[in-house]
Amino acid sequence: MKVTLTVNGTEYARDVEPRLLLIHLLRDELGLTGSHWGCDTSNCGACVVWLDDTPVKSCTVLAVMADGHRVLTVEGLANGASLDPVQQGFAHCHGLQCGFCTPGMMLTARWLLNNNPHPSSYQVREAISGQVCRCTGYENIVKAVLWAAEYEAGG
Amino acid sequence: MQVPAQVEYERAGSVEHALTLLARYGPAARVLAGGHSLIPMMKLRLVQPEVLIDINGITDLCYINLTGAQLRIGALTRHAQLLESSVAGEHFAILHDAERVIADPIVRNWGTVGGSLCQADPSEDLSAAFAAMKGTMIIHGPDGSREVSAREFHAGPYETVVGPSELLTEIRLPIRPGGGSGYRKVSRRAGDWPVGAAGAAVWLDGDVITDAGIGLTAVGATHFAAAEAEDFLRGRTATPQTLARAGEIAAENCRPVSDQRGPADYKRHLACELTTRVLGVAVARARGLMA
Amino acid sequence: MTGPGVAGQETGAYGAIPRKEDARFVRGQGTFVDDISLPGMLHGAILRSPLAHARIISVDASAALAHPKVEAVLTGADLAGRGLAWMPTLSADVQAVLATDKVRFQGQEVAFVVAQDRYAARDALELIAVEYEPLPPLIDARTALAQDAPLVRDDVPGRADNRVFDWNAGDKTATDAVFATAEVRVGCDMVYPRSHPAPLETCGIVAASDAVTGRLTVWSTSQAPHAHRTLYSVITGLPEHKIRIVSPDIGGGFGSKVPVYPGYLCAIVASMITGRPVKWVEDRSENLMSTAFARDYHMHGEIAATADGRILGVRARVLADHGAFNATAQPAKYPAGFFHIFTGSYDLQAAFCEVTGVYTNKAPGGVAYSCSFRVTEAVYLVERLVDLLARELGMDPAQLRMRNLLRPEQFPYTCPTGWQYDSGDYPRAFALALDLAGYQGLRREQAERRARGEYMGIGISFFTEGVGAGPRAHMDILGLGMADGADLRVHPTGKVVLAISVQTQGQGHETTFAQLVAHELGLTPDDVEVVHGDTDRTPFGLGTYGSRSTPVSGAAAVLAARKVRDRARLVAAATLELSPDDLEWLDGKWRVRGDPDRGAGIAEIAMAAHSSLELPDGVEGHLDASAVYNPPNLTFPFGAYICVTDVDPATGEVTVRRFIAVDDCGVRINPMIVEGQVHRGLADGIGMALMQAIAFDENGNCLGGSFMDYLLPTALECPSPELGATVTPSPHHPVGAKGIGESATVGSPPAVVNSVVDALAPFGVRHADMPLTPANVWRAIQGRPVRPDLAVS
Repeated sequence: MKVTLTVNGTEYARDVEPRLLLIHLLRDELGLTGSHWGCDTSNCGACVVWLDDTPVKSCTVLAVMADGHRVLTVEGLANGASLDPVQQGFAHCHGLQCGFCTPGMMLTARWLLNNNPHPSSYQVREAISGQVCRCTGYENIVKAVLWAAEYEAGG
Repeated sequence: MQVPAQVEYERAGSVEHALTLLARYGPAARVLAGGHSLIPMMKLRLVQPEVLIDINGITDLCYINLTGAQLRIGALTRHAQLLESSVAGEHFAILHDAERVIADPIVRNWGTVGGSLCQADPSEDLSAAFAAMKGTMIIHGPDGSREVSAREFHAGPYETVVGPSELLTEIRLPIRPGGGSGYRKVSRRAGDWPVGAAGAAVWLDGDVITDAGIGLTAVGATHFAAAEAEDFLRGRTATPQTLARAGEIAAENCRPVSDQRGPADYKRHLACELTTRVLGVAVARARGLMA
Repeated sequence: MTGPGVAGQETGAYGAIPRKEDARFVRGQGTFVDDISLPGMLHGAILRSPLAHARIISVDASAALAHPKVEAVLTGADLAGRGLAWMPTLSADVQAVLATDKVRFQGQEVAFVVAQDRYAARDALELIAVEYEPLPPLIDARTALAQDAPLVRDDVPGRADNRVFDWNAGDKTATDAVFATAEVRVGCDMVYPRSHPAPLETCGIVAASDAVTGRLTVWSTSQAPHAHRTLYSVITGLPEHKIRIVSPDIGGGFGSKVPVYPGYLCAIVASMITGRPVKWVEDRSENLMSTAFARDYHMHGEIAATADGRILGVRARVLADHGAFNATAQPAKYPAGFFHIFTGSYDLQAAFCEVTGVYTNKAPGGVAYSCSFRVTEAVYLVERLVDLLARELGMDPAQLRMRNLLRPEQFPYTCPTGWQYDSGDYPRAFALALDLAGYQGLRREQAERRARGEYMGIGISFFTEGVGAGPRAHMDILGLGMADGADLRVHPTGKVVLAISVQTQGQGHETTFAQLVAHELGLTPDDVEVVHGDTDRTPFGLGTYGSRSTPVSGAAAVLAARKVRDRARLVAAATLELSPDDLEWLDGKWRVRGDPDRGAGIAEIAMAAHSSLELPDGVEGHLDASAVYNPPNLTFPFGAYICVTDVDPATGEVTVRRFIAVDDCGVRINPMIVEGQVHRGLADGIGMALMQAIAFDENGNCLGGSFMDYLLPTALECPSPELGATVTPSPHHPVGAKGIGESATVGSPPAVVNSVVDALAPFGVRHADMPLTPANVWRAIQGRPVRPDLAVS
């Protein structure tokens, strides 16, 4: 069936099977491979993208459910050549190692900071608690998000 | 990655439309709300519906409001909305306690209250919370709507009384003054299903418990409730000993099963321990001693 | 960095610089295997056995072949026709690629479907009919050697039991003598449960066979691309020079991406048959149920000491569950890996261990899950024993450890089982950890809390690792000696390309290795491009695991850079019309002795080497150099960890409040990356100690087959670590580095368990097996512990 959605500001129309998962639409149909997947059970969060204004696990959303909606992926985080402060924070604070969970983590971080510009480290940990990182032990992800918060506050 | 089997898809624009579609497809159809229980089951091919009826477009099922002496929660309300709702938190601390530990923040953004209830997992948290609050479910069908008490909503593991041509539309919780409530869950890790969890509400007249509601999940409690313990509490003074005895009664009436989350004896112990603790929280809140 | 000992280290190109690889990753522009899409590419899916042990009566794929989108189906019989139904493992055993006679674990590969898209491939699996005759499974490793145990490996002619190997190390007679006369002996049974590395990216491959050129190109999740190339050549008979393995960005490995898996071979064969590229990427359940597990050691340990706390000896009997095939990825001459480093960090008289490996109807493996080949199990054993001894003696466990730690003057130290520890100052690291923790204050707090009925635990672990395998004379995999190469090309403008045999899975090689070379050549890391993960572009080597990148390949890179530097000296001397002896390397340049303003850096010299300059003897035309590093010994990183927990005895819930970690991994090239590695390992330790374990029910059903059941720690379980460092350089590594990738995974689990057991001491709990879930903690308090390898009852 026909779906039309706006991904990172660009409108796409595709004819898809109803069972197609949003993550596969993004990766296989649109070539946006920055979003990953790491489990089958919506536990790991490697697939997190924004659907309209909130992060969701795109392995657990059908592409047809996104029809008429906006999607933001990691490829849409930067403003041209200018990295989002969250992206800068992850690089600056060694908030990533293998880079596999990173896109989902950054999208959740961006959402957190939009809603809570000055989170505590506990609030950062809580926000990313549905997403697994196997490399960082989370410490530097937390630092990266706090760095971005401080950066955006002009610090 | 695992992927669902082929399925047809219909989008419902209103409750009436959803009911029409349900009538058309019958038991071959499944209602798709947040999908955070259903879609993983479809990916694992544990369920293979022929048709999905997507109700996410019925935005007028997304609400939390006070109507008279009731809190009314639309079935399509996302978990995150319930957690953020100050009116829900003000009257039912138990809901915020529970929502804070249901799945994770991202799942809560999209998973729905009604979807969780209808999935009817025997370890589901809100089922216990609503059982404790003695809520009422509103179910719409081809012949209009009907009310079912939260304690009659579940027909067994993964089964509810919602018929194949019906739709859960609303949960109603009675607001009664003098009460306090709370929820406490033990899990192996943040975001995991409970090993055991208890919710409780008490209403006090001075130090005397005039009424109590106790909900339990994951421990094999009939209808997610501890009716015998509630009966014991009514009319008694809210002392630590009384609450502890209520916990024991709750545990005696559970039928937990062993699994990788824990052995049955531990779960029974948890039923007692958590019931006792959460009753203490509910009493403290009823007395205004605790936020 | 909070600890002393690193001051002055961050000179030259070393130091905590941001990583080069992050630019692509933060933009979502990494290239992982599943991101690769080739024209005409097909998708594979594997049908797996639902049973742990069964005879295969028939496999009927006709309905699947009739599916309009299915291009091919491979069965065991198809592979047998090509002589490919079985493949060698990395441990001198064979493993079924697709089952022919029997299935021997739940999740074993039975058929491979190739279809036009991944959804159709998955659908077609349901169209394959397999008839099984169920057989009784062997699930409990402790019954594997019983007379009536089901025989797992009846495929091997002459095999009459389930014994994989018997192996021992140390001096039994001397050890028994020590134990016979010791004043105090303490023993304990403990299980290191089966675990899974579970990198966030599962295993996968894109195989592209070109019938015209005869070339096979493979993009796969491989920690050891060169070893994989050789293995594929041996298995398939394809000439090795026609095989190219590309290991692109890898989403974590932790040892699980060392072996070759059946799915890889199926994709390769399918590509040969169809003439089209074939992608296969396992789903998470396949990953957890079939790719290599780790640990699964059933241990009985004993420790002997004097009454005043002088440790005299340790001994251990171990039953190692290897699953259905012995597919352990470790040096071939070490069937129990480096387990016999189990004397730990202590000065003792004698030690002896015996390890018996057994087959069971469980998934094969036994990989080094960030553990440098069973050192994790060894450290867990000895650190639990030391705590048990402290309890027995009524001594503070910190005091007992400090009393028995090896002293700096004992290095190089040969331990009772033969390892020669290269360097160390253990008391310094331990004292720093105690200081960072505020140990005495913690003990006071613990006493105060206990008086209030609150249960807080303080757990210590002091570990010594052996990492960086070879030397090649003792250590090989499939006969390939464990040495690694590095090729360095110096372009005319002085920009450098370093090609290495090891492969990052997140460890930051592109940065650290650039720093290593830049440091030697007076360049900046930006001047050095690091090429890795492509067998056509890199020198041979055995890959990244066992913390061997910096100790082995890093050394090769440094040696190659030093060859460049030596050659540059000759060229510089020629340009300056001086003798090479007149020059000295100072501040990143060859400078004239006594006239340091005169000299030349690598860029000028490189240009000269490519110019019309008449080159001196020993320089053929440029500065390029290669090196192969065969390590003379392992390096021995060590560390002191302290974990503070709070335990709710009524619910069994454990909260890790603090984690203090002092690591000494020798010289730190990039301290930021080093600390990141430690952070990861501490989370691993929390995971393994508190939640990560794979158990089986009596029918052999895997009870940890998804992330709903195999739990990984989240940000909420992991405290903010408090790190410290000491630096004791390795005397035999060219820059004194030792390796850090696995230290914290090795060192942290016993710290957590010791902490929880310490918290529960008032209940009389001496030991509780991992994972210390709420249920297991509560059961331990009840005196009825849960067995972690079997279904909970």
